[in-house]
Amino acid sequence: MHSFGYRANALLTFALTILALMCVIASFSDNLNHPTPTAQVQVLNINWFQKQSSGNDEVSMTLNISADLQSLFTWNTKQVFVFLAAEYETPKNSLNQISLWDGIIPTKDNARFWIHTSNKYRFVDQGSNLRGRDFNLTLHWHVMPKTGKMFADKIVMSGYRLPAEFR
Amino acid sequence: MVWLFASVRMDWQGQKLAEQLMQILLLASAVVGFGAGYVMGSFQMMILIYAGGVVLTTLVTIPNWPFFNRHPLKWLDPSESEKHPKPQRQQPVISKKKSKK
Repeated sequence: MHSFGYRANALLTFALTILALMCVIASFSDNLNHPTPTAQVQVLNINWFQKQSSGNDEVSMTLNISADLQSLFTWNTKQVFVFLAAEYETPKNSLNQISLWDGIIPTKDNARFWIHTSNKYRFVDQGSNLRGRDFNLTLHWHVMPKTGKMFADKIVMSGYRLPAEFR
Repeated sequence: MVWLFASVRMDWQGQKLAEQLMQILLLASAVVGFGAGYVMGSFQMMILIYAGGVVLTTLVTIPNWPFFNRHPLKWLDPSESEKHPKPQRQQPVISKKKSKK
């Protein structure tokens, strides 16, 4: 500590060590938050439902998605990525997951939303298994923190069924 | 102003004080910043308060302020050293060096 350079070096090193420690504690503080998010999805209409020339079934639907994800936000949250997936079982695959809609929520104020949309990404089956198929709509989310670990969770909504005939 | 930076060495007591001040100020600003940020729910507030603390600590501890030099070392007078002459170099040391060459 006898010269300008030694003091500057010691201060910089110690300051950055403490900054790293503060970030670690801040990321641990996320574990104190116990979120209680809610979500509802309604299928308002099946716009069309047909077999492609390649033999795969495709359906287009209008969805009404409402969710309250405000409790996911803490002081250490940068943004939340959220997507809605259709999930169903076929004889070939025990789990098919198709993303129908997604979004990035930048602030807590935007985390309570309501959206009326047709599926943003195409709902195409791997084969021809969609007629009369029961499926779940699952809202998945990834909480992206400013520092530390990313959290992911989901809400499964079941009891949806596709029509028995193409239209 | 040059004395603030490089020319004059800080005395022993001053060095200890500078190091302790640096550690206390940084830790205190970290605790205050974290507490305020957590309570206000603002990560940015934590960073701003801590950055302010680092700047303050830099200004207090890095320049060689006069209050770090209140305990100057008292060197003996040159006349004093003449009364206690340095021990003379021993012959064997010189002869060893020569023998190596």
